[in-house]
Amino acid sequence: MRYSCKNFVFLIYYLYSQIANAFDEKGGLMALIELKNVSFSYDKKTDAIKNLSLSIERGEKVAVIGHNGSGKSTLAKLFNALIKPDGGSVIVDGFSSDKKEDLFEIRKRVGVVFQNPENQLVASIVEDDVAFGPENLGIEREEIGKRIDFALKSVDMEDFRFRSPERLSGGQKQRIAIAGVLALKPEVLVLDEATSMLDPKGRKEILGIAEKLNREQGTTIINITHYIEEIVGYKKIFLLKDGELVFCGTPEETFKKVDLIESCGLILPRATQIANKLKRNGIPLPDGILTEERLLVELCKLK
Amino acid sequence: MKDITFGQYFPAKSFVHSLNASVKILLTIAFIVAVFLVNQYYFLGFALCFLFILITTAFAKIPFTKLLSSVRAVVFIVVFSAVLQVFFNKTGKVVFSWRFIKITDAGVYTAIYITVRILLIVIGASLLTYTTSPVEIADGLEFLLYPLKVIRFPVHEFALIMSIALRFIPTLMNETGRIIKAQKARGADFESGNIFKRAKALIPVLIPLLISAFRRADELADAMDARCYAGSKKRTKYKKATFSFRDAIGFITLGGLIAGVVLLNGFFGVIV
Repeated sequence: MRYSCKNFVFLIYYLYSQIANAFDEKGGLMALIELKNVSFSYDKKTDAIKNLSLSIERGEKVAVIGHNGSGKSTLAKLFNALIKPDGGSVIVDGFSSDKKEDLFEIRKRVGVVFQNPENQLVASIVEDDVAFGPENLGIEREEIGKRIDFALKSVDMEDFRFRSPERLSGGQKQRIAIAGVLALKPEVLVLDEATSMLDPKGRKEILGIAEKLNREQGTTIINITHYIEEIVGYKKIFLLKDGELVFCGTPEETFKKVDLIESCGLILPRATQIANKLKRNGIPLPDGILTEERLLVELCKLK
Repeated sequence: MKDITFGQYFPAKSFVHSLNASVKILLTIAFIVAVFLVNQYYFLGFALCFLFILITTAFAKIPFTKLLSSVRAVVFIVVFSAVLQVFFNKTGKVVFSWRFIKITDAGVYTAIYITVRILLIVIGASLLTYTTSPVEIADGLEFLLYPLKVIRFPVHEFALIMSIALRFIPTLMNETGRIIKAQKARGADFESGNIFKRAKALIPVLIPLLISAFRRADELADAMDARCYAGSKKRTKYKKATFSFRDAIGFITLGGLIAGVVLLNGFFGVIV
């Protein structure tokens, strides 16, 4: 009886802290990830991120695009509290990356998959690698086993559980890296150029998995990429240039900003390029054509 | 580059595979002791050690050709030390002489003795690495080194460093191959010239390799941090080492081997 009483008090306290965390100082409901006036510099001379503010809601699928050196990867590390902002604040689910005791709460919630699959795998057996994260959190053995099952199933790699990652393809290795992150049961999956070293097939696999996680498990997806065609179907696009957020909008809105995109050093999808050229030559096509299929449909509608 | 199989795990479900890793490390050490105990002039002890290896290999379900491929990595050292013994051992009766070269019976004996000894040790050690995954070896070592915690030796960190090093050996080996090809494509010459010239030609391979290794280390550290790594504090282990009856059998068999070797030595009237 005494124990259940104690548990009840804890439960109330837990609920209270969860609710309190969900609001900011002014009492407004907070987004899952909230960056406010964040700046960061590696060498204290030039800023990799300049006065950047953005917010990402729970369950959203957003993309960050930008050219090399635009601060994309720095942003990924900020989301995950791998680096602390020099100015401003990064708040994830109510936890601030400024506080040392919050670091692991943030890292638990935000999983990052990096560019090179090879350099993320710690162990020589797939299941040992997936177990690495949960082991760090001090989770019980049986629960770790369940998490490995879950994580490998989520990336369709159950058959490789006892294999060595050495002989897998790049795409498969990256799937293992994703599984290693999923074993921590994160709310947010950040893909930091996770597809850039893969062949087209591997890229498709990884994006498909992110899509599936978002749809089936409600995982928030942040895809950081310089392949602009990947942003089709995303909810929000953040366009980065020299560490600054220069644009934020839906993919359709983004693709209308042809000059802005090109000034960022990015290349539009081929279908959009062709549509734009046709429009310039007087063929009446609607705005926001992103895929070849859509271009084909619109062309067939013409008389 | 790729066919150096020394230290590569050969996964299978067998009696030997299922032994506890720390036990296997102890047994390997005991096996090496047994090999060293074999008396110099009576090789029967070696036969016993070899028999032990054959039986273990059969029990471990490892193809016997694997044993040969593990030896390939050390052929140079073996030949080198054997040649040294044959030509420079001056004890014993001279059985062959030509100009300044004198070969003695003791030299030939010792050469064979050393060759067999090295080969047995290498095969024995690679049996350990064939049947035990690097992670298990690192865990086993961690367990064995545990007492050192008393003197504040960072046992967990040491084991992790080891397993990561093992994990990256094949990766870096592939990388070396790639860099060599890339430098060859740029006209680098690794095959001609004397040994100094060839060693110097390796510099354009080693420097990119080193740089990339550092970059990898950086990225790996980030990836580990991102997965909540915080040292050994409150860390749990998914794979728990368990001791079972099988381990006792392992100890008994090896105890038998050592006893056998000592007996054989004694049988021929010479005590080591």
